Amino acid sequence: MGVSSSCAHSSETNTGHGKECHATTLHLSHRAAVEPQEMEEFWAGVLWAMKIWLYLVVSLIMMPAMFGFSLGISETYMTLLMKTLKWATMKIQKANAEEQTLNGPSSNGLIQRGNGSMEKELEELRRSRPKPPVGGDFTLSDCFYFTRRGIESIVEDEVTQRFTSEELVSWNLLTRTNNDFQYISLKLTLVYGLGIVVRYCILAPLRITLACIGLSWLVIGTSAVGLLPNWKIKLWLSEWVHIMCYRICARGLSATVHYHNRENKPKKGGICVANHTSPIDVVILCNDGGYAMVGQVHGGLMGVVQRAMVRACPHIWFERSEMKDRHLVTKRLKDHATDKKKLPILIFPEGTCVNNTSVMMFKKGSFEIGTTIHPVAIKYDPKFGDAFWNSSKYSMVSYLLRMMTSWALVCNVWYLPAMHQQDGEDAVQFANRVKSAIAHQGGLVDLQWDGGLKRAKVKETFKEQQQKKYSSMVVGDDSSSSSSSSD
Amino acid sequence: MGSRASTLLREEEIEEIKKETGFSHSQITRLYSRFTSLDKGENGTLSREDFQRIPELAINPLGDRIINAFFPEGEDQVNFRGFMRTLAHFRPIEDNEKNKNPTASEPLNSRSNKLLFAFRLYDLDRDDKISRDELLQVLRMMVGVNISDEQLGSIADRTIQEADTNGDSCISFQEFIKVLEKVDVEQKMSIRFLH
Repeated sequence: MGVSSSCAHSSETNTGHGKECHATTLHLSHRAAVEPQEMEEFWAGVLWAMKIWLYLVVSLIMMPAMFGFSLGISETYMTLLMKTLKWATMKIQKANAEEQTLNGPSSNGLIQRGNGSMEKELEELRRSRPKPPVGGDFTLSDCFYFTRRGIESIVEDEVTQRFTSEELVSWNLLTRTNNDFQYISLKLTLVYGLGIVVRYCILAPLRITLACIGLSWLVIGTSAVGLLPNWKIKLWLSEWVHIMCYRICARGLSATVHYHNRENKPKKGGICVANHTSPIDVVILCNDGGYAMVGQVHGGLMGVVQRAMVRACPHIWFERSEMKDRHLVTKRLKDHATDKKKLPILIFPEGTCVNNTSVMMFKKGSFEIGTTIHPVAIKYDPKFGDAFWNSSKYSMVSYLLRMMTSWALVCNVWYLPAMHQQDGEDAVQFANRVKSAIAHQGGLVDLQWDGGLKRAKVKETFKEQQQKKYSSMVVGDDSSSSSSSSD
Repeated sequence: MGSRASTLLREEEIEEIKKETGFSHSQITRLYSRFTSLDKGENGTLSREDFQRIPELAINPLGDRIINAFFPEGEDQVNFRGFMRTLAHFRPIEDNEKNKNPTASEPLNSRSNKLLFAFRLYDLDRDDKISRDELLQVLRMMVGVNISDEQLGSIADRTIQEADTNGDSCISFQEFIKVLEKVDVEQKMSIRFLH
């Protein structure tokens, strides 16, 4: 490369530089003759390094993962990581301490929303004049209530923030969460730079290797087990293969999972429901037991995995056309769930991924089947990496790459006691009860809004509810029955 | 999320917005973050659809009128300056502002400007008068299908009768202010910011 610049020089100056140029090209061609040999040695070296790498990976990470014990490497990494992050947080807080004392306690909310009900607020507004004797009770100031609620929701609303990643209170040294944090100190920047090197050059290749191994082993292992006849040992083997692969995949994401209340673990013949943050939820849950999956039949790589899995033990895969038929879906789920020999079905009733700060409306389909429901709450720790899959922003592949270049994946899984539908309770109420239990355990906000609002518009009926409520305040209760709608 | 968002807003712009609206530096950056998260098209402006995507606003009976207040006459896009200018109406009135330089122009969040915002919600054709027709249309938005035309008509008539002082069967802005002089506008049309 240096050659081209010196030659360009000579064309401008047009002196004896031309001879120099010639000499350097001769020198280069001599080098070119030597290079193939060097190249071969280079590639041999690379191959050798890769072999060593693979052996290390297999022995130090895969073997322990497969057999369920730990060599303590990940633990050391995690303790080191937590110490580093704590130190970084302290440094940032010290630098921002001045700002913080001016602004008061830093809460994540931007505004404090008025939480008076419609009745209360309108009453206050109308206090300024007496109620007219006849006709409706309307004042020009009634619009203030709706205006303020509307502007509040423009500034900050409960729903749209659930479809983007959670904002961190304090930076965790990842570029992707760098939200307006300025330069603070040299040491911090160095650690941040070191973090990038470690994450992208050491951890990411390692994790990708593990994930590939895990996935291929899943396909091979389940197909192999599928070839066996239906003896008892087949079930045991299939469970073992499944768990092993999920353990490898979990190591492939540096996942540290804490399981709580394992005595409530879902048993055969029930349905397990959990809140949904990303496809990795499946890996997290399946690390600790076997589940039957439900989902759409995909093509490509996913399809290969799906077909292999179903050979070893029954899962429920639907064709796209079958999913529209609610009765068919319910029947297949019921058949599977009532068979005590089959693994519990894993369902995510939200129907879509949300950002792990809240639990959104549960679809009632799985709660109509009538079997035991085992709720599970999953909460990720956002300090170590953002697990939320924003499917409108990232494809599956880029999402997985982002996961593999985060610090780690730390999450808590709580198994909740089994729930049954009670007498006089319909499916929707039952679903809400389960949802509240999960939200309460995981420390998440319990929302009534539908996760489908990520892509779809809100239904008109909600607006009509608001209008009805207001109308009853204008004309009183004689024209329309006052409905107690959730505000 | 706004990882690059705050860097797209230059310091001079923040200063200008601060002077014009009275928001603090951190409020402006946070609202810019919100603006960019609503801006799905990522072109620096919001359209009516961007607002409609907020579920709580979409179910608000006056949602369309509120959204309309952000857009100047005949335009379909609002930039960040316009966004902030409209939101500034809802900043709480602070005591030290009341003693400000009397020659300076009225702040956007004065009582009079808050009332003007509400007036424009009713004044559909922006001719500075609320006619019976306009009042009926807005009433219809608020009550939906639950009240009959006749009853709604009599409510509108009564409201205009009470407010109208010059006998033109319309409510002007001065008449509007007079009717609402006892209402605590400062509190009811303000949003409490936490920072």
